Amino acid sequence: MSLSRRGLMAAAAATPFLMRVEDALAQGIQPKRGGTLNTIVNPEPPILHVGVNNQGPTLIVSSKIFQGLLRYGPKLEPMPELAKSWEVSSDGLEYTFRLQENVKFHDGKPMTADDVVFSIMKFHMELSPRARGVFARIKEGVAVDPQTVKFTLSAPFEPFLLMFDVTASAIVPKHLFEGQDYRQAPAVQKPVGTGPFRFAEWQRGNFVRLERFDEYWKPNQPYLDAIIYRVIPDSQSRRLALETGQVILTQANDIEPFDVPQLRALPNLEVQTKGWEYFGPLMWLELNHRVKPLDDVRVRKALAHAVNRDFIAQRLWFGIGKPATGPVASTTRFYDGSARMPGHDVEAAKKLLDEAGLKPNGQGVRFTIKHMSLPYGEVFTRLGEFLRQSLRQIGVDLQLESVDVGTWAQRTANWDFDTTINYLYQYGDPTLGVERSYVSTNIKKILFSNVSGYANPKVDELFGQARDAADPKQRQEAFSTVQKILVDDVPLVWLLEMAFPTIHDKKLRNVITSGTGVHACFDDVFLA
Amino acid sequence: MNSFWRNFARNHGAVVGLVILLLVIALAILAPVLYPGSPWDMVAAPFAPPGEMGMLLGSDSLGRDVAAGIAHGARVSLLVGAVSTVAALAIGVTLGAVAGYLGGMADEVVMRFTEFFQTIPSFVLAILLVAIFTPTIQSIVLAIAVVSWPPVARVVRAEFLSLRSREFVQAAEVLGKSRLAIVLGDILPNALSPIVVLSSLMVATAILLESALSFLGLGDPNMMSWGFLIGSGRSVIRIAWWMSVFPGIAIFLTVLSLNLVGEGLSDALNPRLARNRGGAA
Repeated sequence: MSLSRRGLMAAAAATPFLMRVEDALAQGIQPKRGGTLNTIVNPEPPILHVGVNNQGPTLIVSSKIFQGLLRYGPKLEPMPELAKSWEVSSDGLEYTFRLQENVKFHDGKPMTADDVVFSIMKFHMELSPRARGVFARIKEGVAVDPQTVKFTLSAPFEPFLLMFDVTASAIVPKHLFEGQDYRQAPAVQKPVGTGPFRFAEWQRGNFVRLERFDEYWKPNQPYLDAIIYRVIPDSQSRRLALETGQVILTQANDIEPFDVPQLRALPNLEVQTKGWEYFGPLMWLELNHRVKPLDDVRVRKALAHAVNRDFIAQRLWFGIGKPATGPVASTTRFYDGSARMPGHDVEAAKKLLDEAGLKPNGQGVRFTIKHMSLPYGEVFTRLGEFLRQSLRQIGVDLQLESVDVGTWAQRTANWDFDTTINYLYQYGDPTLGVERSYVSTNIKKILFSNVSGYANPKVDELFGQARDAADPKQRQEAFSTVQKILVDDVPLVWLLEMAFPTIHDKKLRNVITSGTGVHACFDDVFLA
Repeated sequence: MNSFWRNFARNHGAVVGLVILLLVIALAILAPVLYPGSPWDMVAAPFAPPGEMGMLLGSDSLGRDVAAGIAHGARVSLLVGAVSTVAALAIGVTLGAVAGYLGGMADEVVMRFTEFFQTIPSFVLAILLVAIFTPTIQSIVLAIAVVSWPPVARVVRAEFLSLRSREFVQAAEVLGKSRLAIVLGDILPNALSPIVVLSSLMVATAILLESALSFLGLGDPNMMSWGFLIGSGRSVIRIAWWMSVFPGIAIFLTVLSLNLVGEGLSDALNPRLARNRGGAA
């Protein structure tokens, strides 16, 4: 204990110093050309083409090869990427993007408005359910001229501008995909994008190598010569690779939370948890409302009261992430901090269960429910054990079931569980990433839908209003009300606003500069 | 009985083993007295080293007492070892007796069936069974029993083959005793000593198997066992060595003691063999 506490204090003391380094950077430390970035991708992605595969590891690698029209700052404000500028008509129906000039694909062909229209209207429409949900609202997408694209929506959709990140709708070359099965096209195996790095080599089970694209549209960029993503399946080996300098950057799930305090204490490394604001992963205890007594709001409130979320954030995740306060993550737009879920209060929980008529039996047990642990590694197993002990205090017997990933996904999707753990990305806007878990129209036997079976007509109505309103003020009103209703109904027990540690050598600069963090294209990253 | 103890005591290792085993059993019985409450309770700060914060053997990643885990884990590990051995013996002795006593076609069928199980790597089969039936204490006991009966069947068959043609068995047959009575009353008691020796070793193997399964995350998530303790400590071994080392020592000592006791039992039950071996050494 003394060791990790010392580590935390060292990190706290180091923070102001780091701020000064960043300030100095902003004042213009000259970026340097050259050098190779050795990093990790874990687990090894099945495919490196964004769109064809949108899992985390694929996105981390292919976000260097591809680019979107926009990128997003830490407050989710849109910033230019392949689009130089954009306009939204006053009725919120027409979106016009002006593209950067001299943008070339890695095969030398120029990128034009046709490629953008193809990517949005055809490629992602067909491949990505998330993109389809939003882009289906586009009535017409046209290339006005080679540098201008215009999308006309059938109805106003305020979060539309959040859908143009490379992770949501990367621009792909029309000439390599048109008229083919997008999943089988040769370009899937040898991805061709507009990004600062082009695909060079992939030795499966070993590494993926990207090399500098010399004809990149920003002059003199990128600064790095190459990026090598190593495949290291064991978490302790990954930690060792970072400690020995074999790799100088780790991200996402590469490093286990319990290893972070010790790595924070190393003088040459910097640990950041920023850069996940766009994704806003929120973790919760999923409750199946079809299982008695979880249909009783008093019972759900009691469960929420029983869990110490600070303990989860501090002790299980070692301060990576912070306790959830409600259904919307605090980094997501329209978050309302005044809507707060029931806090940690064991006595209040017991009282609620008494009111619900659930008296303890001889062994002090009020009722027994099962808990299917999320099979995503150790820390989630520990979380299950922690929840069991927490609920034991209020007389609820939580029986743990361990399952494999396939079984978990299948049983969760088919409502075949009492309770489990789940976490979903919010994609910056409640309409894009929160609504799906609570509206009754999305009670489906599909993973990441409203599998708890929570239904409240008022909630449906408010999410609908917020979705269709063009004015952000109206949306905020509807979202604030819906957040208040949800924290009162406790359809799920929200636990943690997750973050993932990005750990890198201090000589690697400009790693996290946006709300998408390591999913940036890295054209400004350099080795000092 | 006295000669049994004398022969047993002649093997000093066996006496040491017996003492350790009795201590482990005492620990298992006294666990609720020594560490009242659940071993899953978070009673200290996470990763407290041994001796700090009143944690004799340190605390784990959630602040649970490792010593309490070992004490309560002894119950589970010994219980799994004992119950699965009894189950394996039931299967093995029955099949071995049938094969050895009846001979002929029955022998052929039973032995091919036994070989079928022997050719499958036992640990892989155990993993498979537990994964299929979802990890619970029952499925673990079942899986261990299913993979550990074939040696019993073979030993019992061999004993029965040699005993069934002895005069006292023939005499019993002439007297008109039923086959079941002969098997249970005449042959089995005389075949008991190898079974007793074998079973002590099987308990040790079962404890190891259960630990290995728990280590791989296939333990009963509601039961504190030694394998679980080691498995949960594995990935943090560089931060908290005590989480895996102490349960490891517990497993090591228990399995060693069972093997020593098995050796002692073998000596005590076959005094002539033991003395010969002693003479040769």
